[in-house]
Amino acid sequence: MNRQPEARGGTGRRLRGMVRKEFLQILRDPSSIAIAFVMPVVLLFLFGYGVSLDAKDVPLALVADQPDTNTSGLLRAFEHSDYFTPWHYADIQTAMQALRRQQVDGIVWMRDDFSRRLIDSADASIGVIVNGVNANQARITEGYIQGVWQSWLEHYAAARGRELEAPVMVEPRVWFNAALYSRHFLVPGLIAVIMTLIGALLTSLVIAREWERGTMEALMVTPIRIREILLGKLIPYFILGMGGMLLTVALARWQFEVPLRGSFLLLLIASALFMLVALGMGLLISIVAKNQFVAGQIAIIVTFLPAFILSGFIFDIGSMPAPIQFITHLVPARYFVAIVQTLFLAGDIWPVLLPNAGALALMAVVFFVLVRRRASKRLD
Amino acid sequence: MFARIIALTIKELLAVLRDKRSRFVLIGPPIIQLMIFGYAATFDLNDIPLAVYNEDGGAASREFISRFAGSPHFHVIATPDHDAQITPLINERRALMVLHLGPRFGADLARGDSASAQIILDGRNSNTAMLALNYARTIVIDFNETWAARHGGAAAPAHLVMRAWFNPTLASRWFIIPGIVGLLTLVVTLVVTALSVAREREAGTFDQLLVTPLRPVEILIGKSLPGLLVGLIEGSLIILVAMYWFDIPLRGSVGALYLGLGLFLLSAIGVGLMISSLSITQQQGLLGAFLFLVPAVILSGFATPIENMPQAVQLLTYLDPLRYFMIVLRSVFLEGGSYTLLIHQYWPMALIGLTSLTLAGWLFRHRMY
Repeated sequence: MNRQPEARGGTGRRLRGMVRKEFLQILRDPSSIAIAFVMPVVLLFLFGYGVSLDAKDVPLALVADQPDTNTSGLLRAFEHSDYFTPWHYADIQTAMQALRRQQVDGIVWMRDDFSRRLIDSADASIGVIVNGVNANQARITEGYIQGVWQSWLEHYAAARGRELEAPVMVEPRVWFNAALYSRHFLVPGLIAVIMTLIGALLTSLVIAREWERGTMEALMVTPIRIREILLGKLIPYFILGMGGMLLTVALARWQFEVPLRGSFLLLLIASALFMLVALGMGLLISIVAKNQFVAGQIAIIVTFLPAFILSGFIFDIGSMPAPIQFITHLVPARYFVAIVQTLFLAGDIWPVLLPNAGALALMAVVFFVLVRRRASKRLD
Repeated sequence: MFARIIALTIKELLAVLRDKRSRFVLIGPPIIQLMIFGYAATFDLNDIPLAVYNEDGGAASREFISRFAGSPHFHVIATPDHDAQITPLINERRALMVLHLGPRFGADLARGDSASAQIILDGRNSNTAMLALNYARTIVIDFNETWAARHGGAAAPAHLVMRAWFNPTLASRWFIIPGIVGLLTLVVTLVVTALSVAREREAGTFDQLLVTPLRPVEILIGKSLPGLLVGLIEGSLIILVAMYWFDIPLRGSVGALYLGLGLFLLSAIGVGLMISSLSITQQQGLLGAFLFLVPAVILSGFATPIENMPQAVQLLTYLDPLRYFMIVLRSVFLEGGSYTLLIHQYWPMALIGLTSLTLAGWLFRHRMY
């Protein structure tokens, strides 16, 4: 190649021309700019505020068949908890009706023998019913109820001058997110989900469009090479996509106040890698589909829902059945979610970053090889 | 009039189904996705990677640890014997949880003092961390009761008897899969309708359609029917898979479910056609579909409860037809919901559907470029 400087100069000029044409096209139909800049902001705001797994003010029905000082002690413990909004019901029937109508999410019920059994035989039972439809929420609610019960037990023992000696006490320490604040892990993951969408959307239609409009043939008769067409399509959208990425990272850091404990430079490199994968995926879809309708459908199908469900952004990958875990390895967002969650919350942990970045690099290479192959075949 | 509508419907169906690839993307992926997501989308944890650092080593500590090792939720992956080994295990995501028993664990227990069990969790996914901690707490409470009963310690004077209605084992699949029915039905319907007008505008055939004797209402119906047909068929297919493959109980009436499905399709088609008639190119149509789809999924309560959202965002969810359909699906599947219980979910969907369809019809004539 070095022996043909004029050819190289030609490449540069042709590529510049192609990039310029794409930029003009982007500017003329601002929907690409909207995809790259407006969409991430809107989505991050919606998701950042809309997605939360922290249950608070859970409506809880409290029923004491025979109210007295013992039951009111326990009821007060529930009233003082931040997690619950208590509702008092006179009998269990009306409470159950409220549960059925979804006015409350759970019931705590002390039967009429509660005090007698508490004092006489120390084996009183507290009935707890939760609405199990949302199983995750129900489990969390059960956990909160257990917490209130435990602190009441300690209180009850202390009030009788005894110390409650539970044989084993749990001392939990949650690293990286001590307050268990779900937004801190959801927002970095959202960056990955949003950028998958945007990268693939930006490029999935650009080549299909040229085919459909017949301008691909016009491009084919110019001296431009297939490599230059692809690069010309890629460069402008890469710049747009990285702009959108920086915007979301800035929002995560300053708007949602997620701590960025790792290095910004590493985040930038990983983002660039991921953006290449997403754009490569979009280009491949575009070349394979050759028609905007099919390209659009494929882009919707392979990006949003897999990135949402299979990336580990919200559902734990380790708990999925083995064949599904295998499939998650094909979802690029999976690697990026691991990287951003670690970089934001934990720091520069190389044993996590390296394999995931390596997987992204590999995927980028595979996509571009496929793109190159499919593209040249069609143009020959 | 009917002949004209039927002719247009057939033409629309052909436009979508003529191409082999379009046919495939309509039928294949939703079923494949239901199977994959049905298994993947679960909040239940099993095989939580656990590391155990036991500085005590006595019989009591071993008994305590065996409770964890024997639980289906935990899977012991490492037994570090040094403080310094804990950090990398968590940092590198090899263990989600580390159980640390100090050297005085057994002695404290034997003396009747409280022995402490330190539990370190990877909080990078705080929901998973919280669930894992809840599993661990349940095991510890269990251990405490047995220990107190055996050694005559002070047992808790009152204990909790917990029951969950509608989903006794708290399988999150029962919650998620009815949600996926709504999700995939929305995706399919939106894809069919959102590009239908934009495609004709881009090709220039929409003007031709407007100068035919077809009235805008007829065009609207002709453009809607394929979406309704495809949505009903796909929806039914997905419901059948949910019932017979995933064994989700269908406790309510099928009629209440299909009334919900029909109204939901109406609103999804309305939104799809509205997006489509607003856009000039297919790229804009696709972008519009996405701009609606993604927030619609997030705000529907599919994965995270609406009650946890801030008030302003909660108000926004009332505009989301999927929100109402999610409630219908879960209520009919799990709670045995009836028409009367669900009336407040039906009418908003009908309202959204009628409004958006009217707007779409108006836009046919008034959106020019």
